[in-house]
Amino acid sequence: MAAEKAWADMTAEEKRAKRISDWRDPPVEWASPEAEAEYKARVDRVVAALDLQVPDRVPVNINAGFWPGAWAGLTPYEVMSDTPRALKAWLDFTLEFDADFFASPMLYTLPGSAFEALGYDLYSWPGHGVPETAPYQYTEQEWMLDTDYDELIADPSGFMMRTYLPRVAQGFASFKDVPPFMDYIELPFVSSSLLVWASPEMQESLRRLLDAGKIAGEWLGQALPVLGQMMASGYPGYFAGGTKAPFDILGDTLRGTKGVIMDMFRQPEKLMEACDRLVPMALDWALRRPFLSTPVIFIPLHKGADGFMSDEQFKTFYWPTLRKLLLGLIEEGIIPFLFAEGRYGSRLEAIMDLPKGKTVWLFDQTDMARAKETIGQVACIEGNVPLSLMHAGTAEQVADYTRNLIDTAGKDGGFILDIGAVADGGKAENLHAMIKTAKEYGVYA
Amino acid sequence: MAHELVEALSTMKEKDALRIVDEMLERGAEPAEILALCSEAMQVVGDKFSEGEYFLPELMMSGEMLKKIGQVLKPRMAGETAGKAKLGRVVLGTVRGDIHDIGKDLVGFILDVNGFEVTDLGINVPEEKFVEAVRENKPQVLALSGFLSVAFDSMKTTIEQVEAAGLRDGLRVIIGGGQMDNTVRDYVKADAYGESAMDAVAFAKKTVGVA
Repeated sequence: MAAEKAWADMTAEEKRAKRISDWRDPPVEWASPEAEAEYKARVDRVVAALDLQVPDRVPVNINAGFWPGAWAGLTPYEVMSDTPRALKAWLDFTLEFDADFFASPMLYTLPGSAFEALGYDLYSWPGHGVPETAPYQYTEQEWMLDTDYDELIADPSGFMMRTYLPRVAQGFASFKDVPPFMDYIELPFVSSSLLVWASPEMQESLRRLLDAGKIAGEWLGQALPVLGQMMASGYPGYFAGGTKAPFDILGDTLRGTKGVIMDMFRQPEKLMEACDRLVPMALDWALRRPFLSTPVIFIPLHKGADGFMSDEQFKTFYWPTLRKLLLGLIEEGIIPFLFAEGRYGSRLEAIMDLPKGKTVWLFDQTDMARAKETIGQVACIEGNVPLSLMHAGTAEQVADYTRNLIDTAGKDGGFILDIGAVADGGKAENLHAMIKTAKEYGVYA
Repeated sequence: MAHELVEALSTMKEKDALRIVDEMLERGAEPAEILALCSEAMQVVGDKFSEGEYFLPELMMSGEMLKKIGQVLKPRMAGETAGKAKLGRVVLGTVRGDIHDIGKDLVGFILDVNGFEVTDLGINVPEEKFVEAVRENKPQVLALSGFLSVAFDSMKTTIEQVEAAGLRDGLRVIIGGGQMDNTVRDYVKADAYGESAMDAVAFAKKTVGVA
């Protein structure tokens, strides 16, 4: 038998197959033989949909934000302060609703105290800038200035460390003084570079980082066993990590919406150059997958949605570098999961310019019949039970909507049922209705 | 043929627009004349937005150019009155628990250029602040914005508290933002939901009886 091929020598297809096989056979001790069989059946079902094949039935995911907490009676504040109760809520929610993936607590349950320690001004979180009943939200402003482009383009990492991070988090305030790491390669020159670590301001920054890191470490020590327990009970995880479209990196938390829009008119070349410069960083971000070995990487899309720009602007500013990122991920055997929040109707043709069967698109308020006819011919599509229906509709309305979705978007496979947007709450009976409909009505003949 | 300032503004030529304003002022033009041309340009921008030719970028850029022209004109306008009468009053804000403001700001801007007096209460606005503003400003329209599902319940309680304060009669309430639709409209007991900023303008105009 030939030795296993080295990773670097594998083709994109071989890398993808290896990632899928690792997903299907995780190193866990199964709760029972049935749990193992169910786990593998779930992965097979999802992979069939991702491959544009027809699975045994429509796979179903729950695009849940803080909902598992709300379902267990916890406010977002409690979720971000009482880790054991929060993790239990996510585990119980997974077992109760029995979808094809576990509900991942990783994006919601890191304690707010870690962000307090970090002095993270970039976001507001429950009890800190927004009420205890509200989820965390980005505090939008021009954290990166319109004059910062040259610095970003010349050295993205240096810019993030010395200019951007000191503005957005007190724990990084003194990093503005960190000297280039080249300075340490010769003993006689080291002394001056070491001094920066001795300043009281730097010691304060480091103390904050140590505190935040300690909280994160303790949290992870509790969270990882819960992920293992969910997998051992038969539920695969979905996302191994995330990354962002280069334009969104700039347009969300660096320049902000208004900033990036002004740049589209005032310095379009610099903006496009910066997007290009960020492609390898975005790729690297996705390839570091610390918690899980699933092949899927989550990419939330924001500023390219309908209404945010014209088609021409989309094709000029947004799509080229996103496409480059996607092709880079596909080359590494990764399956990019694109969350097209809002409406994406005017982009459906443009985004078809991708290799077939290599991406999955979660749509929110996009017409799913049209999505099926267009991007659905080259990619698995996912969605789109409205958040409003989950929250304010009846179980019957949800079941009706879901049946219609399965008839149109689910026709001939290549479809995963989901909620269209991140659900921080809703009626339990409505969620049961969505999942039951997938399991009963969604069986392929 | 449109005035060159209207042309520059409505095609997002920021530098040209500012240069033309400077030249007009040097030639002795009145601020009111320049403002009238700005209004004309905003009408063109608004029309192109309705027709699906312009989007958020052009609206934001227009707002930015108007702000800059306003700064140039302000010192020359001391003592002048605020201009023509408004069509009506709108109280606007992002509801409690939600700090998203792009959609709200856009609606405020579009209502303003369409002749409405807009009182913008900002983001994460508690119910009682809406009640107070409705009591004080006596608007014809209350416009509630929200992006997250947390906004569903805040909109509901806001409208309930406006009603409990005896201020709901004669007031027309519109909601808008990411996940709003007719299901949410019914849930929160609003009169309408707007899918785009232009829907808010149409709703406000209908409310005050302007076609």
